[in-house]
Amino acid sequence: MRMIGHVAINVFKESVRDKVLYNLVAFAVLLIAVSYLLGQLTAGQDVKIIKDLGLAAIATFGLFIAVFIGIGLVWKEVERRSIYSLLSKPIRRSEFILGKYAGLVLTLLVNVSIMTAAFYAVLAYLDTQFSDSVRASWPAPATDPGMLRAIGLIFVELMLVTAVALFLSTFSSPFLSAALTFGLWVIGHFNADLRNFEAVVESASAAYLARGLYYVLPNFAAFDIKAQVVHALPVEAPYVATTAVYGAVYIAFLLTGAVAVFSRRDFK
Amino acid sequence: MDAIRTEALTKHYHVGFWRPRPYVALDALTLDVRQGEVFGFLGPNGAGKTTTLKLLMQLIYPTSGRAEILGRPVGDVSVRRRIGYLPENPYFYDYLSAEELLGYFAGLFGYSAAERRRRAAALLDEVGIGAERRLQLRKFSKGMIQRVGIAQALINDPEVVFFDEPMSGLDPLGRREVRHLILQLRDRGCTVFFSSHVLADAEALCSRVAIVAGGRLAAAGHLSDLLHFQARAWELVVAGVGSAEVDRATAAGDVTRVTALGPQRFALEVPLSADPARVMAGFGAQGAQLVSLNPIRETLEDFFVRQIALAPADRGLEPVAR
Repeated sequence: MRMIGHVAINVFKESVRDKVLYNLVAFAVLLIAVSYLLGQLTAGQDVKIIKDLGLAAIATFGLFIAVFIGIGLVWKEVERRSIYSLLSKPIRRSEFILGKYAGLVLTLLVNVSIMTAAFYAVLAYLDTQFSDSVRASWPAPATDPGMLRAIGLIFVELMLVTAVALFLSTFSSPFLSAALTFGLWVIGHFNADLRNFEAVVESASAAYLARGLYYVLPNFAAFDIKAQVVHALPVEAPYVATTAVYGAVYIAFLLTGAVAVFSRRDFK
Repeated sequence: MDAIRTEALTKHYHVGFWRPRPYVALDALTLDVRQGEVFGFLGPNGAGKTTTLKLLMQLIYPTSGRAEILGRPVGDVSVRRRIGYLPENPYFYDYLSAEELLGYFAGLFGYSAAERRRRAAALLDEVGIGAERRLQLRKFSKGMIQRVGIAQALINDPEVVFFDEPMSGLDPLGRREVRHLILQLRDRGCTVFFSSHVLADAEALCSRVAIVAGGRLAAAGHLSDLLHFQARAWELVVAGVGSAEVDRATAAGDVTRVTALGPQRFALEVPLSADPARVMAGFGAQGAQLVSLNPIRETLEDFFVRQIALAPADRGLEPVAR
């Protein structure tokens, strides 16, 4: 456990010095801030627009960070041969993979926290700009803490995306890993279509295949409760907890797979 | 107990996409390295030196055979507490400083923060990295990275050190410092296993060497056993002699090679079959003076070249176990 933590801190240290990360976070924070201006253009919808855009920015930029840094983590070590010195030290390959993963999750946590703070800061400012009567017409307060549930699930989703990216990068090139991760993310958001595929095709085998994929591929759509929280629709705590557990189990499988592949790999 | 032992260590790769064919990177390498010795692992490019080191570090897995370090299988993580490794052309993390890198690696051995700092500072001093130690490694030259690589290999005060081409990228001063460092390690009782193309380094540092060629062990043993220390010819340096006399001696078979050192001054290679006193007497009669007479002995380079030339024909032979 100490080894994993040690590798994780190094990954975090390296990541926070990477200019790409700063650009992504700065751009996300800027977008959240600009959403205030967009809100001005839509009378009466200010808060909703800002919430929609803010949550979407957190999810999208989190996705870019997870994919681009997640894939580079292992690939760069192998390609640049820094792994040679590292693996000659008393560290297991499994500890290396888990440490890399933990480091990126820590990086994501800090970034999502920064984006969340910017998001709530914009909403808090907006809250001061309206009278009590206008605020009373909103379905939920501007700084509704219920949105943290959506952000929490976005974070679990990003952890899952990172695990997918890490797993794929243990055996494929960065370009292929990125394409496959984005592909899985898109499919995972249209997962319900796979489930109901039999309604649109006549072939039974195609329907079975689609149903199989529905169960095997990660169901990213389950993590998306942005619309519900923006419209102040109820999102029950058990749903959030069950979805988080689903994410954790899926992540555990992916990391087990990543460790299994990486442990057998030759570094030529 | 041997510091390093390999038994029939073999590594095959499959090359080609549609019709993969096995490529023998290392073929049944049997070798032992004793504790406290400096062992040179020599061979031309593609001979299997780096493959052997990667197998010993378990960066790749053997197709067959086995390897042990300090009596433990190479897969045993605990043995890595007692070894150090410098890979060929090392590369580290762009955004870490040399200090941070060494601190990171020291942390993998469980040292406290204060101990990590102490070890990092001492080793960076030892390899000649000064104020640059606080710069990010992406700003380092190749030679400086090599020095950091050597420092990280020694971070745990190892009992056995593996250096893959330790002189690579270093200037003459750096090479001299590394040679000195290797001798210091030996004096501390550390076993040093290093691969190199630079035969002069091996000759100056090693008690024993192994030569690999074409993935197979061509020769292994003490330098004194491998090299023929008896003279293979004489080097006669004479002054005050004309080129006509030298040509006459060459035509008579008394001289096999002539190097002009200056006006009427020559270095002559006299074969063992010719008596150098008689050859010199011939020149003396013409008024020449003897400057020096030295035996020419076989160097490691001569031996190396001979072994490499023999290697293809030797492929059917059993590897030499020492």
